[in-house]
Amino acid sequence: MNPRGVAAHNPLLQRGAILLNVVGGRPGGSGVAAIDVRREPKPGLWQGLFRSESARGYALTTPMLAVLFLTLAAPIALLVLYSFWTQMGLYLDQTPTLANYERALGAANYRTLFLRSLGISSLVTLITVGIAYPIAYFVAFRVRRGKFLWLIALTVPFWTSYLLRVFAWKVILGYNGVINSGLMQLGLISKPLEFLLYNPTAVIVTLAHAYAAFAILPIYVSLEKIDRSLLEAAADLGDGPFRRFMRITLPLSLPGVIGAALVIFVPTTGDYVTPALVGGPSGTMIANIIQVQFGRVNNWPLGAALAIASMTAVALAAIFAIQALRIAVARVR
Amino acid sequence: MEKKHGGIGLMIYAIAYLTFLYVPVLFLPLFSFNDSLFVAFPLKGFTTKWYAQMFEDEAMHRAFWNTLRVGFAAALASTALALPAAKALTLNRMRGGNVLIGFANIPLFVPEIVLGISLLILMTAAKVPLSLISVTVGHTLFCIPFALAVLMSRFEGFDRSLEEASLDLGESGWMTFWRVTFPIVFPGVVASLLLTFLVSFDDFMVAFFLCGTDTTLPVFIWGELRFPFKLPGVLALGAAILIGSCILVAFAEWVRRLGTTGSGPASFGHA
Repeated sequence: MNPRGVAAHNPLLQRGAILLNVVGGRPGGSGVAAIDVRREPKPGLWQGLFRSESARGYALTTPMLAVLFLTLAAPIALLVLYSFWTQMGLYLDQTPTLANYERALGAANYRTLFLRSLGISSLVTLITVGIAYPIAYFVAFRVRRGKFLWLIALTVPFWTSYLLRVFAWKVILGYNGVINSGLMQLGLISKPLEFLLYNPTAVIVTLAHAYAAFAILPIYVSLEKIDRSLLEAAADLGDGPFRRFMRITLPLSLPGVIGAALVIFVPTTGDYVTPALVGGPSGTMIANIIQVQFGRVNNWPLGAALAIASMTAVALAAIFAIQALRIAVARVR
Repeated sequence: MEKKHGGIGLMIYAIAYLTFLYVPVLFLPLFSFNDSLFVAFPLKGFTTKWYAQMFEDEAMHRAFWNTLRVGFAAALASTALALPAAKALTLNRMRGGNVLIGFANIPLFVPEIVLGISLLILMTAAKVPLSLISVTVGHTLFCIPFALAVLMSRFEGFDRSLEEASLDLGESGWMTFWRVTFPIVFPGVVASLLLTFLVSFDDFMVAFFLCGTDTTLPVFIWGELRFPFKLPGVLALGAAILIGSCILVAFAEWVRRLGTTGSGPASFGHA
């Protein structure tokens, strides 16, 4: 369910590939030239090096991959390295040690933050994917005209400032904020509600809103790709709408659901802005404490260990959840 | 023909969803015109003074120019890197292409704070002073998946026989790229530049760790949030940014689809 998959299923491309093989030309090169004896292909170093289609593909991706290695793989490797070192005042003791991990995983306050972060982001993922699915379904199956406008409307928030979307919720939920002042103006409450801001619920609401746009697109794409004749076949064979949905639409859209869940669950576990702005002390998450290690406390190795530990925990939780989901759906089928 | 079960119900739900998506954000422009230091009902009266104040703020101007420069550089760099890669990954039958796409999408799945701190460690280890250059490097990294997705969606269905025809007629590979391939995918390139620019423009987390003393606009806003009396100014700035980016996104999406029949959006988040 990635763009590459789409390419592979594109009949046009497939036909082109078969044609080239039949003609016997170099794949990707000009099949016609191989027949056309009048034009001898000039043997150059370039052509020699990049004869195979795969090799030329790798050559074209190399600059991007080099940058990714340098700015993604190398820094994360350094982060892992740092997590085994010790901060001694201003200098770093580079003797490898597991002390940071013992502290990150052993101390009760860090454990609370890990569990809370995972709990909050699990809830956010469930809520966001749950409320996004009907919308993606609506646009994929029900909208006939103006699909483009719907997609634009649902995509725009995806690209607008995350910081500002979170900030909007601080303004809304605040003690003297939009909700409280609005309700007081209407005479429904006499003094501001204090439970709106600075707690885990505020974090969940804000994150669910901020990540809403991330869930729709992957689910929509997977729904759009479902072959409609399968649905007709199910209907002809006597499945009602509900059974048809459970046995065809839902399983076939699962890759999109999993994609959406991952793209929400992983970043929200490590979210810094939302808990910092609307979380208060009871809504603090793991990223906030990591930032403190790299800022005020200046214990980078401990911060690195906390980051690595939380990413590992997230990866394990995600793998576990995906497997559980696969099994559940297989059973329904 | 399928029957339209629950068509009305879903329509109502869809409208409610759009309301949930947009209304909270609309409070920013609403209160940016409110003549009061406090963001609260009842509205006190219409004013544009917060906008006027914003335009006079020197620090804001500097942050704005910094953000523009970083945004241009990161958009150009990430699009230039992703363009040949998108072509190869879409059109060449490469072994391991899926793995490469997955690898390029990792920045989407890593929490931004981890990108921020790991790049901070890299810059420190490489003794690169924190500046707009380090921010640009970080932004280029996480603009790559966006550029790649937009460009790959443009290369889908690209008719390779056009390139072959050009090569057969004696054009070099390089000229074929510029005279055949590039014009066809040009709308995708424009969309990629616009959208990666926006991604860079909006980023707070990576810039927060990497900008040193060269503040970008989101980092500037973050600093302003500590002062309650600056709240209306932040509202005005935020409203301006939101409206600007909405226009840019709608334009980019429109450009990206020029001359294509597909209505699918660029898909993110599934490696």
